[in-house]
Amino acid sequence: MKKTSADVLPVEGVYGDEPLLAVDDLHVEFRTRAGIVRAVNGVSYTVNPGETLAVLGESGSGKSVTAQAIMGILDMPPAHIPHGEIRFKGTDLLKLSEEARTQVRGQRIAMIFQDALSALNPVFTVGWQISEMFRVHRGMSKADAMKKAVELMDRVRIPAARQRVNDYPHQFSGGMRQRIMIAMSIALDPEVLIADEPTTALDVTVQAQIMDLLADLQRESQMGLILITHDLGVVADVADKIAVMYAGRIVERASVHDIYRAPAHPYTKGLLESIPRVDLKGQDLYAIKGLPPNLLELPTGCAFHPRCPYRQDNCVTDVPPLYQISGTRGSACHYWREVLDGER
Amino acid sequence: MGRYIIRRLLQSIPVLLGATLLIFTIVFALPGDPIAALAGEKQSNPNLVAILRERYHLNDPLLLQYWHYISGVLFRGDLGINFSEVPVSQLLAGKFQVTLNLALTALIIEALVGVGLGLWAALRRGKATDTMILASTLLLISVPTLVSGFILQYILGVKLKQWTGADIFPIAGIANGLRSYLLPGFVLAGVSIAYLTRLTRTSLAETLRADFIRTATAKGLSRRRVVGRHALRNALIPLITFLGADLGNLMGGAVITERIFNLPGIGLQLFDSVYLREQPVVVGIVTILVLIYIVANLAVDLMYAVLDPRIRYE
Repeated sequence: MKKTSADVLPVEGVYGDEPLLAVDDLHVEFRTRAGIVRAVNGVSYTVNPGETLAVLGESGSGKSVTAQAIMGILDMPPAHIPHGEIRFKGTDLLKLSEEARTQVRGQRIAMIFQDALSALNPVFTVGWQISEMFRVHRGMSKADAMKKAVELMDRVRIPAARQRVNDYPHQFSGGMRQRIMIAMSIALDPEVLIADEPTTALDVTVQAQIMDLLADLQRESQMGLILITHDLGVVADVADKIAVMYAGRIVERASVHDIYRAPAHPYTKGLLESIPRVDLKGQDLYAIKGLPPNLLELPTGCAFHPRCPYRQDNCVTDVPPLYQISGTRGSACHYWREVLDGER
Repeated sequence: MGRYIIRRLLQSIPVLLGATLLIFTIVFALPGDPIAALAGEKQSNPNLVAILRERYHLNDPLLLQYWHYISGVLFRGDLGINFSEVPVSQLLAGKFQVTLNLALTALIIEALVGVGLGLWAALRRGKATDTMILASTLLLISVPTLVSGFILQYILGVKLKQWTGADIFPIAGIANGLRSYLLPGFVLAGVSIAYLTRLTRTSLAETLRADFIRTATAKGLSRRRVVGRHALRNALIPLITFLGADLGNLMGGAVITERIFNLPGIGLQLFDSVYLREQPVVVGIVTILVLIYIVANLAVDLMYAVLDPRIRYE
């Protein structure tokens, strides 16, 4: 008999008060010839069943690296995880053997990638690639696994799934390819789904369809969804809570409602102000001044201080902790009160 | 697909005509008189020379000579005769088989050793194994067949037989069946093995960096399956192309190897015929080699479409 995940993974039963998935003080660094790149510097977040966490940040903020650390698909070396835990139902994944880790990957925690054309194997049919999940992990026969693949393609609303199951990735449109990617990731009913910029490569109308699909699938299966994006517009409708990342740290954590109403970190505020708005048509679009920091040489104190309109002397020397504002809301800014009140 | 094949075969006609004319011209331009050469050191009878020159159309202009030859090939399927009046087709029949055996042996050795070493190196990138393999390919590329052939013949053919008493690698001839081809095959494949090793290493290493490999890992597949199914299938595509094109190179490059190991193939015949300026034989051999190139390349292109579904021929 083929081994199923339950035989290997010692996570059932010790779950209790723990969140479904908890990233706790995670550090990831890349040791390169130029020096140590500190990509993730103490990130903590949690996801519960049926909950959507949006992780927001620009390129290089560490949001994708955190996700890849959860999946265990970082190339190590050059990547190292010097500190931190990733607890899935209470079990630290980082302490599991590679074999046990492989049993979590894809089956319990799955991932969708940004560019589905390059993320799907060009020489195998989409049906083969989806059904591979059932053949390898469930020991199903080719024919049964193919039937399952057609069902999944139906479920992600690919028209004429039965006819298209033997087509290759390049024969599909961008939106359809991303649906195939999604079908593959939800094949074995994972408890956590990580979507890394799932709509970035798509047209705006298709983006909305894909987000709707993800939301529907999540409602049906009650999986925890981590949605990684740099697009604030994508987040608003689907996310329950948001973690904003900058230079490998979470700078603000809040519910979607709170963050749109009144951001508590100058970076979040800058991001929100840089969204094009109909009522400001004709005016210059707001842009956050300066450039994202060099991860080889992070600024002292608060990493955002060189670009921050609220900067005071202590921002250059003291690293701000994630101040608790209320309940689960937090901001890593010494002057969050001023930001929240809208003073500048 | 069928129309594509027909078009490709039609395209090969001008290639064949051009290649044969080119070779015909080069042999024509060689210094010295072929009829005089027949007599060796002795003075030949002028009357006999005149008769023979007439008989082999040697007094005609180049293009007319070529027409005599090519019309025979095209309309009568006759490859002509050499100066000993032996039909070229008969002369080459058995020899062609020898060279084909040699080239195919070399191709199989090349594929097994080259792809094997290349995969090994790619999976151990930057480690000692990788460096060793790369260094030895450099050695293989640098040493000409002329040298490696004699060295291997001496060590594996002569010395090994003295030490073990068993004739594992015959040093010459084809009397021992397939075993006769092992050592010459390896020598012939030498340089190609080195190039194929490097190509395989690069191809697999590049494929392993692709996004779809990350996806395969994220699907929870074992490393063995990620490399063996998802990466290998993609990495093989350029290797097939290389191997197919190399079959022609191996057949054409067999001249030196056949001389070292005294194999009675078309390489050896080509050498002798160039020496004797036997135009029909030289051109006949080249025509066959060109044909093999064309067919091998067509086969590679068709294989390509099978291996890579993104490629379709209209």
